[in-house]
Amino acid sequence: MKRRIVSIICAMACLTSLLTGCGNGSAKSGDTLTIFNYSEYLEPEMLELFTQETGIEVKYEEATTPEELYTKYKSGGISYDLICTSDYMIKRLIDEEEAQPVNFGIMSNSSNIGQKYWTMARSFDPDNTYALPYFWGTVGLLYDKTRVNGTPDSWSVLFNGDYSGDIIMQDSMRDSFMITLKYLGYSINTTDENELREAAELLTAQKPDVQAYLVDEARDEIVAGNAAMAVVYSGEAFLGNLYNPDLAYVIPKEGSEVWMDAWIVTKNCQNPDAAAKFLDFLCRKDVATANFEYIYYSTPNEAVIKSMDNELKNDPAVVPPDSCLENCEVCTQTDEATTELISELWKEIKAQ
Amino acid sequence: MIRKAMHRIYVALILIFLYAPIIVLVALSFNSSRSRVVWGGFTLEWYARVFKSSAIMNALGTTFGLAFSSALIASVLGLLGAVGIYAMRKRNYQIMLFMTNIPMINADIVTGIALLLWFVHLIPLGFGSVLLAHVTFNVPYVILCVLPRLEAMDVYQYEAALDLGAGEFYAFMRILLPQILPGVLSGFLMSVTLSMDDFVITYFTKGAGVNTLSTLIYGEIRKGIKPEMYALSTLLFAIVLLLLILVNLPYGNMFSKKVRQEGNI
Amino acid sequence: MNRNRARLLSIPYVIWVIGFTVIPIIFIIGRAVTDENGSLTAANLLAIFDPIHRKALYLSLALAFISTLICILLAFPVAVILRGSRFRKKSIILFVLILPMWMNFILRILAIQMLISNNGLINHVLEMASLPALRLINTPGAIVLGMVYDYLPYMMLPVLNSVLAIPEDVIEAAKDLGANRKEVLSRIILPLSLSGIGSGITMVFVPSMTEFVIANILGGGKLQLLGNVIEQEFTTSMNWNLGSGLSVTLMVFVLITSIIFGRSNESGTRAAGLPI
Repeated sequence: MKRRIVSIICAMACLTSLLTGCGNGSAKSGDTLTIFNYSEYLEPEMLELFTQETGIEVKYEEATTPEELYTKYKSGGISYDLICTSDYMIKRLIDEEEAQPVNFGIMSNSSNIGQKYWTMARSFDPDNTYALPYFWGTVGLLYDKTRVNGTPDSWSVLFNGDYSGDIIMQDSMRDSFMITLKYLGYSINTTDENELREAAELLTAQKPDVQAYLVDEARDEIVAGNAAMAVVYSGEAFLGNLYNPDLAYVIPKEGSEVWMDAWIVTKNCQNPDAAAKFLDFLCRKDVATANFEYIYYSTPNEAVIKSMDNELKNDPAVVPPDSCLENCEVCTQTDEATTELISELWKEIKAQ
Repeated sequence: MIRKAMHRIYVALILIFLYAPIIVLVALSFNSSRSRVVWGGFTLEWYARVFKSSAIMNALGTTFGLAFSSALIASVLGLLGAVGIYAMRKRNYQIMLFMTNIPMINADIVTGIALLLWFVHLIPLGFGSVLLAHVTFNVPYVILCVLPRLEAMDVYQYEAALDLGAGEFYAFMRILLPQILPGVLSGFLMSVTLSMDDFVITYFTKGAGVNTLSTLIYGEIRKGIKPEMYALSTLLFAIVLLLLILVNLPYGNMFSKKVRQEGNI
Repeated sequence: MNRNRARLLSIPYVIWVIGFTVIPIIFIIGRAVTDENGSLTAANLLAIFDPIHRKALYLSLALAFISTLICILLAFPVAVILRGSRFRKKSIILFVLILPMWMNFILRILAIQMLISNNGLINHVLEMASLPALRLINTPGAIVLGMVYDYLPYMMLPVLNSVLAIPEDVIEAAKDLGANRKEVLSRIILPLSLSGIGSGITMVFVPSMTEFVIANILGGGKLQLLGNVIEQEFTTSMNWNLGSGLSVTLMVFVLITSIIFGRSNESGTRAAGLPI
């Protein structure tokens, strides 16, 4: 029996060393950046261009949600150098000391990012030391003009039952709670348990009227005419309009959420200069333009905005005017107890 | 006659059920609109573009390499494992069947995370770690395909061969193996298809920069699947279909007859 | 080849099982019986009795049961028809069944969604025929449809394998002894294909119990199966301990099912008394 165990252990050891041999030899390569981003959030050709220009190899990884990205980062399976994620998640990573200051000094293109956006980024990075703004936008309603009377300029259309079975909500606990809190007149960053419970009750009551809880795929459903309106990110509205001219986007008068995605350099990054080079590359006008034309979310890069044609420049889904941002807030909610409460409430809503 | 017609209709309905979504996907590969819900006219553009996309081509290579190597390893492991399990005494037999069932019983995400937790201590994540994971979830299917064959096997022929002086290895190859080979083959095919389809386990066990078609597609769900992906899927489908037809030409006919005769020894 | 030596053949597999099944399971069980601080607790294992989780479990059980039943009802007649037919190449049938699986699973489920959505292809056809539109998408029925569609080949393959493996002379003998078609079916073919059906049940029931992608796409996020809850604990709520606890419970449930069907499998082997 003992002999058998010994032989099993030996065999395991052999197998392991064999497979380690054919694993990727990332340890020896010096100039490599491992980059973690949302899916479809960068023109793939730009990665090749970057490698061509600088000789720095890029290993590129994608995730679909901030939480998924965080889970994968925290599991420690892969050591990432650069991460792109959203406001509250960046705040969380900075608070957990997972980020290192970006060497903005060696970047020549970071001045392309407008001052307004650096200010916006202060809500999650108070001294502008860790995060480089990448794309931003609002949360609003994408609706089909042929199926909705007038402009649905209040979140109430989602809750009053007028469009029962014809509305699509965001399948994201944060965004769903944010807009409900706004509708009720509270701050999206509230930590008041009663306010959150009130929002949860409203969302529970709303559930029979909701056709589906989706994320970005909501756009296709509205384009196809499967539903009358959906809660979406502003960039999706622009893309939806390309396929179906009957669609329109509105930020309801109660106000909404402004979101911003930004890049951070992780504390484990061994080559912060290469990381800064990559961030600088992203700010360069031609690269930022290529990325903008791939994604069509609002860019904080003023060089790009300047070169847009007027039609694009005046589209509130592409360049949200300051006027419609008046009642909007950035989500910076990272309080642990509140996050847990929202999770728990959202789970109850979804289980109804 | 009516019975026969009803049989045909029944089989036809099942086929329509299985193939209707495929027809939709093939149609989408010719759609010039980038949105899947809008028909923008007929185009072959995506077929030309699919070969220019290095991301898709890399993922295609990884997917195939992974599917075939994991299926091959799983088939060998599974065949040997099944024969061994079959020969075990009752208690061990039950324990091994139980162990075999575990990867199938676990939700994919649990298998994926469990393997990730373990691999982090064991090996750097990369192609190797995904291969290990794929073999792990493929083997049970091979064993489940082989065991019923073993049960239905006619062992007396094998013993007769031994009595008549055949060596054990020879008798195994000539008599037992052909009887269980169809089981191994379906296990192999199943492994290839499962491996090509999996994304959850791959997602958690892959290293940076390693992508399969599934992980690419998963990333694209939300923003809309790229039409090149439909074109590639249609091409793959067409190639497999073509192989199927080739096997059934007169020459292939003889081949398959030969296999059948050997299988019926 | 005697039993002892045949048993040795399984050594590589046994090693594999220990290395890549048992050890990872120990990791998961370790998470399931501790809280985030690492101290022992039973809370994650008992979490299944929470009303939310219980509801998800019932829904999962119900949908998996219905899907499995429909798969058996669809697959068994096909196997019997093909066995009886003069269709010569059975390998083709297998290929035809597997062929759709060469289109990516996610793409196929998205295609089903396009077929059954409110403004989808099937409703367009119904409209042209002046029939009332179907409201199928985002209902439990849509999830069952997706599961049956995706897992039917997993049922077909083992069932077909075992039905085709029944020796013709057994059936001939039954006929010679005066059995009619019905009796051949119920007293010969059905009992002899039980092991295949058993395998099929495991192959269909288990993934439909743990499924979450189909429920997400065809259920529109309105229906929570246990698989969805577990997925969210791991990816959204980041409560790996609770996710592990629920996974262990789910494992137990599925185990019970597969042991029930495993029995018939195993006793079949032993009853035959084959001396390999």
